[in-house]
Amino acid sequence: MKILVPVKRVVDYNVKVRVKKDETDVELDNVKMSMNPFDEIAVEEALRLKEKGVASEIIAISLGLSEVQETIRNALAMGADSGIFVNCTSKLEPLSVAKILTSICNKIKPDLVIMGKQAIDDDMNATGQMLSAMLNWGQATFASKLEIQDKKIKVSREIDGGIENIEVNLPAIVTTDLRLNEPRYASLPNIMKAKRKPIDEIKVEDLNIDIEPRLEILKVEEPKSREAGIMVKSVDEMIEKLKNEAKVI
Amino acid sequence: MKTLVIVDHSNNKLEKSTLNTVKAGTQLENVDLLVLSDNCKDICNELIHIKNINNIFINENDVFKNQLAEDSANFIAENFKDYTNILFSNTSNGKNIAPRLAGLLDTMIIPDVIEIVDKQTFKRPIYAGNAIATCKSKNKINIITIRSTAFEEAEMSDENIGEIKEIGSLTSNNLTKYLNSELTKSERPELTSADIVVSGGRGLGSAENFQVLEKLADKLGAAMGASRAAVDAGYVPNDWQVGQTGKIVAPNLYIAVGISGAIQHLAGMKDSKVIVGINKDEEAPIFSISDYGLADDLFKAVPEMESKLN
Repeated sequence: MKILVPVKRVVDYNVKVRVKKDETDVELDNVKMSMNPFDEIAVEEALRLKEKGVASEIIAISLGLSEVQETIRNALAMGADSGIFVNCTSKLEPLSVAKILTSICNKIKPDLVIMGKQAIDDDMNATGQMLSAMLNWGQATFASKLEIQDKKIKVSREIDGGIENIEVNLPAIVTTDLRLNEPRYASLPNIMKAKRKPIDEIKVEDLNIDIEPRLEILKVEEPKSREAGIMVKSVDEMIEKLKNEAKVI
Repeated sequence: MKTLVIVDHSNNKLEKSTLNTVKAGTQLENVDLLVLSDNCKDICNELIHIKNINNIFINENDVFKNQLAEDSANFIAENFKDYTNILFSNTSNGKNIAPRLAGLLDTMIIPDVIEIVDKQTFKRPIYAGNAIATCKSKNKINIITIRSTAFEEAEMSDENIGEIKEIGSLTSNNLTKYLNSELTKSERPELTSADIVVSGGRGLGSAENFQVLEKLADKLGAAMGASRAAVDAGYVPNDWQVGQTGKIVAPNLYIAVGISGAIQHLAGMKDSKVIVGINKDEEAPIFSISDYGLADDLFKAVPEMESKLN
């Protein structure tokens, strides 16, 4: 079984992002970048399926400028077998990413695509579902547990009211939620080994896909800020304030 | 211009957030509703009273019982591609189905919209709400999910307003099979629409200790929430999680107990009307957005608060 894991390079989880003065974007210069945390979970899940003997090959793919190859290397250092780097200089929306991934899937024919449910930069939560639609494959979003049986995958999904269990025919798309697993750290020997693993480069122009953005970003601004209130000294004072000042209880 | 609102429900009970989505829809034009379910009757009895809508389209089919994304998206794509806007609530159903529909219709989804500026311009939070992007759409069809806390509920009338019409047919493509659900049973109000939310974090220390908070919540008639740390530690179920990747809430009163206030958590609750922080660490970031902060041991303060409320 072959698994494709798309990985996205995003501003690190711990960075407090700031809006640029000219309000065109957030500040991305000299900011620490990392693999999208949900994609790390996706890589980890693929590795576990390989360790169980269910999967035989794991391919990590990333799209963008040459720096995204670092993110692919991270996936390789965690244990993925090889990488695909789609070289693209223009900004990509989930719709374009899904189209590019569709074209790659039609070529390399994975049995399963595992990817993050959302990227923590644009918070779109869209690419996995769009890819499933374009390939006409089943989808299991927000996965917190999965198990492969024959030509099917059983997935527990995190939904608003609790957990939903579904069974999807393979090939399929799974998008990961936080509780699926805890990703491993790459060991030093594995980081060294990853340097010798192959990364195929594809130029986006060669795929002949319309990647013109459909959403024009007119402005990126600070959210309305919330001012800190007061510190109360006792529970009595708290109750008094909530009753008589805020009038919420 | 025609706008379709997809009605969200679970087990044929209308999801309240649908009313906020309809309200958002009325800022566009000509709102019709679509209910996909195995039994639409109870839902329609409520929907029929919503003001400012035209048609309530229904399709009753066992296939739609569990709102699988594959069948729902196919059905909508086949029957409603002449619409200008298709709106979903940004619930787990909406988030599952809407992008799939967008993929089918070759349109870029506009998720988690908090403001409709004009008919093609929308505001949405990015980077866990640390920035707000204004996007102008060049789509032919806008597929939008609506953040319910950013819009009022649609007004209701005593009269019957909407006209119920059956529409379309679907044969399932059987890509996915629903097996079962493990739903969290609770007598408390629903988290995303509750007036008061009591939320706990890692500071609670164990699942048992959450009972301290639950007593307070029950005294206040509040819903229970939690930080990611508390859910990850297994103290409470996943559907209690408030934050960037959990639920977005904006109650009248949000009481954060033993929650330090990571930006990912703040993303889910900072639009609450009044925020209370209780944490023994007086440097905790939660206090920087709290209207009322109390730096104290939660195991002392929370039971005291509970006993003093009547």
